[in-house]
Amino acid sequence: MAKISSVKVDSKIPEGPLAEKWTNYKAHQKLVNPANKRKLDIIVVGTGLAGASAAASLGAMGFNVLNFCIQDSPRRAHSIAAQGGINAAKNYQNDGDSVYRLFYDTIKGGDYRAREANVHRLAEVSGAIIDQCVAQCVPFAREYGGLLANRSFGGAQVSRTFYARGQTGQQLLLGAYSALNYQVNQGTVKLYTRYEMLDVVIIDGRARGIIARNLVTGKVERFAAHAVVIGTGGYGNTYFLSTNAMGSNGSAALQCYRKGAWFANPCYAQIHPTCIPVHGDKQSKLTLMSESLRNDGRIWVPKKLEDAKALQEGRKHPNDIPDEDRDFYLERRYPAFGNLVPRDVASRAAKERCDKGFGVNNTGLAVFLDFKYAIQRLGEDVVRQRYGNLFDMYEEIADTNPYKEPMMIFPAIHYTMGGIWVDYELQTSIPGLFAIGEANFSDHGANRLGASALMQGLADGYFVLPYTIQNYLADQIQVPRFSTDAPEFVEAEKAVNDKIAKLMAIKGTRSVDSIHKELGLVMWDNVGMARTKESLEKALKEIDRVEKIFWSDLRIPGEADTLNIELEKALRLLDFIEIGRLMAYDALNREESCGGHFREEHQTEEGEAKRDDENFSYVACWKYTGQGQEPELLKEDLNYQYIKVQQRNYKN
Amino acid sequence: MDKNISFTLKVWRQRGPKAKGAFETYQMKDIPGDTSFLEMLDILNEQLVNENKEPIAFDHDCREGICGMCSLYVNGHPHGPATGATTCQLYMRRFKDGDTITVEPWRSAGFPVIRDLMVDRTAFDKIQQAGGYVSINTGGMPDANAIPIGKDIAEEAMDAAACIGCGACVAACKNGSAMLFVSAKVSQFALLPQGKVEAKKRVKAMVAKMDELGFGNCTNTRACEAECPKCVSISNIARLNREFIKAKLKD
Repeated sequence: MAKISSVKVDSKIPEGPLAEKWTNYKAHQKLVNPANKRKLDIIVVGTGLAGASAAASLGAMGFNVLNFCIQDSPRRAHSIAAQGGINAAKNYQNDGDSVYRLFYDTIKGGDYRAREANVHRLAEVSGAIIDQCVAQCVPFAREYGGLLANRSFGGAQVSRTFYARGQTGQQLLLGAYSALNYQVNQGTVKLYTRYEMLDVVIIDGRARGIIARNLVTGKVERFAAHAVVIGTGGYGNTYFLSTNAMGSNGSAALQCYRKGAWFANPCYAQIHPTCIPVHGDKQSKLTLMSESLRNDGRIWVPKKLEDAKALQEGRKHPNDIPDEDRDFYLERRYPAFGNLVPRDVASRAAKERCDKGFGVNNTGLAVFLDFKYAIQRLGEDVVRQRYGNLFDMYEEIADTNPYKEPMMIFPAIHYTMGGIWVDYELQTSIPGLFAIGEANFSDHGANRLGASALMQGLADGYFVLPYTIQNYLADQIQVPRFSTDAPEFVEAEKAVNDKIAKLMAIKGTRSVDSIHKELGLVMWDNVGMARTKESLEKALKEIDRVEKIFWSDLRIPGEADTLNIELEKALRLLDFIEIGRLMAYDALNREESCGGHFREEHQTEEGEAKRDDENFSYVACWKYTGQGQEPELLKEDLNYQYIKVQQRNYKN
Repeated sequence: MDKNISFTLKVWRQRGPKAKGAFETYQMKDIPGDTSFLEMLDILNEQLVNENKEPIAFDHDCREGICGMCSLYVNGHPHGPATGATTCQLYMRRFKDGDTITVEPWRSAGFPVIRDLMVDRTAFDKIQQAGGYVSINTGGMPDANAIPIGKDIAEEAMDAAACIGCGACVAACKNGSAMLFVSAKVSQFALLPQGKVEAKKRVKAMVAKMDELGFGNCTNTRACEAECPKCVSISNIARLNREFIKAKLKD
């Protein structure tokens, strides 16, 4: 059992009725006047949707912003790969959408494990995001009349998703990047590309800067500021194979955790139902096929086991199986939402069929996503217009033509709902340290709805943090700029250099990737789509074993004081090992099933996730207690005052 | 099923921007056809680490053709022989058993080599910072549907906006011109009403920065368009020229 802390968790939810909380907060929060903004420095780590939009907005307000990213340009952050779209409660389709409905769908989609006040605020600002992006020249899809087009995504019965072909993340990020470029031009934002944050510096209990490594020169450098904002994304690459970019990592978040920031709900990982299945053991990543495909594609496996077997052995072609022998299992199990059930539900349903032997590729770990019916209904041209680039991408990877035969898909790790704990102001448990976007834990509960990551990243960066951070900074206007010669900086830099020296000195025989793959397998097999007490206890032991290999047999060729890719990866892997452990602890503690967290011991007779609201309606915040020590658990109770908590139902 | 192939790989190795580089030759054995080109390099790097040698440095990140990070010059073509694809979307089934495959970094005065196959493309950021934006702050925007935009215009803007900023156009051009990249950005903004307001100032600022950073001129060889992984059209360059002349005539 986890050691439970008696510290009371204060999420600083404003008083008043739900729909007025944010308005009231803004009306009464402290502000910083323009002359003082110039005196205040803010470090923003990360240039994805959250980081870039925050850095640009804070710069535009007059703060001095230092913006860091590991890539060669801010435009490369992994938000760029988001395909399907961004939700907003505009109700342009006149189909019954509203702020309340977006709020409700998000809470329900998250399996009643998110904060009401945060989610309502997210829904409230969603419309302004679209306005902002259009003003930046984001080329959203439009109807012939010139107005914006929408499509549907999982977990909603309205069309509220705005999109730019299958490249919405790219276009939104380029919009934020252009806003960032404007601020660089104006001199308010300074960019540090190819820099990786390796520690956060705390002075008198407040975040006052970071230690970062210049990835080109290898030099470890110090940066001071009045506040630090973490927008570095999620930790899905703990599993080695995921839809994340190769460089995506959880290290910045973990440095914050090691310095005392709580890590919330680490076990909530989203497994995306529509990814291209794993092939071979040389694969470096998994490729997502957008959820938008579920608007028109129908998911099926054969009804008969012998058909499945014939498909697995390559004796039968999918097109040979007549409609009456196809099991459209999502439409069968969830008539009301059909192929558009939320991601966790769709992923588990695919696993259920494959576990029973109905998988359709040579490994038995794939289901079909079929556009035959859409092509019959709409014609190939319309389907090409809607999904052309996704079909091309599929064909290039899988070497089959999805216009002629069904795609094969399987669930893969995609997004992490857990992350650094933040209060209503997006401030972590360390004053002056903020976390935004996927890096924080806040708005998606135990499962994120499609097209909501882009919404949350931009909401945090454009419209929430620029307000809430002022409430903190208003007290900091008398604080002069810090010198990076302060002993706390010297010490933090030394600790980083010592850690690097220790890694370089192992001089073993194993590459970073080979150890990372081992960790990934442990995680996927034991902390994956279905978890049990036994599997989680096994995971903890196996992670210890992987860590031992890491410390005894890792090999990093080359030197530390220059560009060294293996060293970069080793530093990240060290943190993935710790995150893997945190995920297993949290999953072990949460003896219920909810959203992306499925404990086999806790399911309904129909195999649906069975929550335990009486005992687990809380945010699990984990507090670091030292290297090799079990973390302490703090509970933030979730009180639902406006929504009736019930079992999620996508059937009727 | 894809067949396994064996081939010779010649890879450009260069310690730093000022160091002298040279090709090194590696023999690759039994590589499955469904391995991506970058996964093939992962396999080689794993071998190098196992031999206690330094792995080959190359840029890559999303591995789904959208981040624009990967930048390899394969057998004389930016992003290799496939059209409409980035290096990370290139699969080994495109090559034959016994082939010799040559891998080089982008070669252009505008993109100095950092190490091996990794180049410095901050020049592209600098061009964008010179004017590749709409000068607005956050908040207070009119409703997104306030200005209708024709579907065809939105589509054309999207075609231009699809540019991933990888730099293949520069690498493909004998003059090292960045015109396709710059024109794609200028076009996206010039086509849409929100971007028209400062179109003149933008095009002058971006072209001036492009010239200042040492990128060459366009001589209409169309190599950029042929090699662009996102098939960005050179009609954008024509639009850039029109926009530039219009802006200059107003001076």
